[in-house]
Amino acid sequence: MTIDRVRTGATAATALVLLLASAACGGTTRGDAEDQAAPQATGQADPNAEIPAGLSVAFLPKQLNNPYFTVADAGGEAAVTEYAGEYREVGPSEATASSQVSYINTLSQQQTDVIVTAANDPNAICGALNQARQAGATVVTFDSDTDPACRDLFVNQASAEGIAQTQIELISEQIGGEGQIAILSATPNATNQNAWIELMEAELERPEYEGIELVTVAYGNDDDQDSFQETQGLLQSYPDLAGIVSPTTVGIAAAARYLSGSEYRGEVALTGLGTPNQMREYVEDGTVEAFALWNPEDLGYLAAWAGAALSAGQITGAEGETFTAGRLGEYEVGANGEVVLGPPTVFDADNIDDFDF
Amino acid sequence: MALDRRLFARWDTAVIAALAVSVLAASLAVEGFASGRNAGFLVLDIAAVALIALPMTLIIITGEIDLSVASTLGLTSAVMGHLWVAGLPLELIVVLCVVLGAVLGAVNGLLVTVAGLPSLAVTIGTMALYRGLAYVVLGDRAVADFPFSWTGAATTPIPGTPIPWIAAAIALLAVAFGVVLHATPVGRALYAIGAGGQAAAFAGIAVLRTKFWLFVTAGAVSGLAGVFWTLQYASARADNGYGLELSVVAAVLLGGVSIFGGRGALPGVLAGVVLLGTIRNALRLADVAEDALTVVTGALLIASVLAPNALAALRGRRRPADRPAPGAAADPPVPTQPSTSGPTRELS
Amino acid sequence: MAEPTAPAAAPPAAPAANGRAATKVRRVRQVRELGILLALVLLVAVTAAANPRFLTAQSVRDLLLGATVLTILAVGQTIVIITRNVDLSVGSVLGLSAFATGSLFVAFPDLPVLVAVAAGTALGAVCGALNGALVAAARVPALVVTLGTLYVFRGVDHSWASGAQINAADLPDAFLGLSTATVLGVPVLAFAALAVVLAAGWYLGSYRSGRELYAIGSEPAAALLSGIPVGRRVFAAFVVNGALAGLAGVIYAARFGTVDATAGTGLELQVVAAAVVGGVAIFGGSGTVYGAALGAALLTTIGTSLAVLRINPFWQQAVVGLLILAAIGLDRLLAVRTARRLRGGAPRGA
Repeated sequence: MTIDRVRTGATAATALVLLLASAACGGTTRGDAEDQAAPQATGQADPNAEIPAGLSVAFLPKQLNNPYFTVADAGGEAAVTEYAGEYREVGPSEATASSQVSYINTLSQQQTDVIVTAANDPNAICGALNQARQAGATVVTFDSDTDPACRDLFVNQASAEGIAQTQIELISEQIGGEGQIAILSATPNATNQNAWIELMEAELERPEYEGIELVTVAYGNDDDQDSFQETQGLLQSYPDLAGIVSPTTVGIAAAARYLSGSEYRGEVALTGLGTPNQMREYVEDGTVEAFALWNPEDLGYLAAWAGAALSAGQITGAEGETFTAGRLGEYEVGANGEVVLGPPTVFDADNIDDFDF
Repeated sequence: MALDRRLFARWDTAVIAALAVSVLAASLAVEGFASGRNAGFLVLDIAAVALIALPMTLIIITGEIDLSVASTLGLTSAVMGHLWVAGLPLELIVVLCVVLGAVLGAVNGLLVTVAGLPSLAVTIGTMALYRGLAYVVLGDRAVADFPFSWTGAATTPIPGTPIPWIAAAIALLAVAFGVVLHATPVGRALYAIGAGGQAAAFAGIAVLRTKFWLFVTAGAVSGLAGVFWTLQYASARADNGYGLELSVVAAVLLGGVSIFGGRGALPGVLAGVVLLGTIRNALRLADVAEDALTVVTGALLIASVLAPNALAALRGRRRPADRPAPGAAADPPVPTQPSTSGPTRELS
Repeated sequence: MAEPTAPAAAPPAAPAANGRAATKVRRVRQVRELGILLALVLLVAVTAAANPRFLTAQSVRDLLLGATVLTILAVGQTIVIITRNVDLSVGSVLGLSAFATGSLFVAFPDLPVLVAVAAGTALGAVCGALNGALVAAARVPALVVTLGTLYVFRGVDHSWASGAQINAADLPDAFLGLSTATVLGVPVLAFAALAVVLAAGWYLGSYRSGRELYAIGSEPAAALLSGIPVGRRVFAAFVVNGALAGLAGVIYAARFGTVDATAGTGLELQVVAAAVVGGVAIFGGSGTVYGAALGAALLTTIGTSLAVLRINPFWQQAVVGLLILAAIGLDRLLAVRTARRLRGGAPRGA
């Protein structure tokens, strides 16, 4: 028994020493990252600065196995290849903020020049992003923003107003300007979703929409099965429902699939934000008349260019500065360090076959 | 019995050796691993699992299990956010959250000891219940406006080192749990309970009372982990720590604790926690995709139970059945024999 | 897992009990299952009273379809739990099988539906065989092994899918049609689940090898001594469970049309919960697939009912938790009463 205990103590000591040793041997090199002056810290934009070759750019989406981000990141890769940088895509397999933090720390440890990320939580990854920025990284958010204090730029897929207006316009047309509608959203904490919902509610206040009543907001958690069941629940709870707006690609696809296999097909209108590839079948079978989305590939492309422009010092993130984003042309930085991609595209039976993403 | 103890002591050492090897290999092969900052990141990554693994080790050694720990973490996080919004001072909230954790643990403890229900089933139930209550408390909101002096403190390093303060807290608790488990009569009682509940009862050990307090402890520590998690991510949410229970159990089992109770030691468990964290950290730095990390975790876990058996088989020795077989899985080897050709016996 | 702290929670179901005792035990089980059925009927009645639309044909079809996947998984899990084991990897196996089925159709769009069903089921059986081999041959605890394979199978699924997603457009109409096809107004898939339940129930109740599973779970050592090939039976239980998880994966793909690598994540605990609610003792030896199927139906219905009753959906998980606790508490109560009656010769009743 005593021998056992001695051994236990010894192994414990070994483990502790190992841990401390691994920490200590790097202790002297600590802060070396801080020594590198952050390029944008000069505070002076030089529109003619060259993008350095071999700039390392990492895309950190909300989660890896989300087709939307696969497409967006591919756009990023195209841009990075154009300016001869080093592209990488890393990310968690589940869309949680805590696992994103681990990845941000890793990227910061790897001395990545540009981190392009879509936040799973506006605040939870803030601390890690700021640490990475102190270590010299440029941080660009896209799709879902963080607190503006934690990033250099936010590449917005479309102005929130534009998205809200387009969706309300679409649903109003499809239900003939009158009746009950519901919103099927993603996770309750998603920054962009909540901003759009708020603006849609404001939009509905306008006199031309007075016949439309928003009865509820349901959450499908950006999970296919949850969204499917939420749709089912909505239709049972609100027998007079005339239409559903789902401003999330996962939600609208699940809702469309439910409607298409149910007796409500063609009776209950559905619109929102979806990808043409996911929605093609439901546009063809008449479940969905029209829906909208920006081009996620362009979004990733623009975010990668914005990150490079920042890192090179062409812009500092201040309002009014402009930079060139490859084939997309010139963009201007708006208030709060936001760059807007452009108005969303509306897809319907006439044009859906022109798109493949 | 003696043979078994030695075998598991060896597994303990094996995990620590594996940890040493992977730290060394990673330092040499993975750029950016051997640095103070990275060690700090590593500690933050494993902090919650390390904290909860301490009481979980004790619980599993007594032959029980607590799957509700991650939900307890989530519920305390949600309550913390709710109370903060309600205007309570943070010092008080922290105390209340730890107490809440203890109460949640006590509910588990009562159901297991007084009602005599199996802990696996009970804590699957409370896992759903506590997580559900977390959503009821905070719904879909996130509370994120905690003062920076607190959220920063959760992640700032101890002056002069790159290691965050939480490491000191973990070390302190680990020493406390280690002493209790390995150097007091209480610790010996835990092993006795795990080795055979009734024998321990006959030996004068208050089996039920001991188990009850273990669940309370697990709850309190999970509550503490909930507070830490909330501050670390500066975000109180009902889904905080979702799925963490499996990581904790995996780390404890990898550390050489027998799922049937009665065997295992704390150093091995801590080594297991750090080993899993190290491998994940190093592979991430080496740009290995997340799915490979998942496979490695699972494979290590299987190896941890397979290796002792394989070792025993290699030595040509059969593990003595020192206590009633707890399940078909732990039975002595079953010779695959052709089905009995005799007259079939009626079974019902 | 540990033994229950108190004397065995449920008396051995089959071999040790004499005829009269066995009858009594069986009656208790029937009461237990009737209880869940009653709860289910009550839930439906209350919900329907509040919102008659809950009982429209469409809604009932949705309910039946919704319960299909969970029911099939619960049946498989019951077979494993009865032998005093558990399989936590079913969610990952389902995900893997669903993605494999989808990929198969992407590669061979003209594949007959039955071949895809067989392939998915076979893949599940292979996963189950791996679990079973580790548990039965390598003799390592099922909880640990299947927790390990939960990670391994999911990891394989992720690296295979690598960000890709199978969309409804990739799947042939004949396959997607499975989820909407009905016979006499009842979805075909619900019939499939029913067939699985009945087949498993009949096997466990009437076949010698089926009864032996109960004997193994009641007292493994005694089962071994009485000549039951414990290892082989346990292995077979895992294979069957894997195959059913594979089948559930195929159904998942057909029903949801969209499959990515996260399909079925976290389902394992829901499945165990369904079995426990259905009166399957977590330490083996007792419980039926009928109970587990009812448990699965009850859990599914609660979700929909709360939505229809406009109860804050955040309560759903808490209610499920309470239900699990109530179920195991009830089981304990019944077991204690039965044990007392068996011991003391029932003074009244029976």
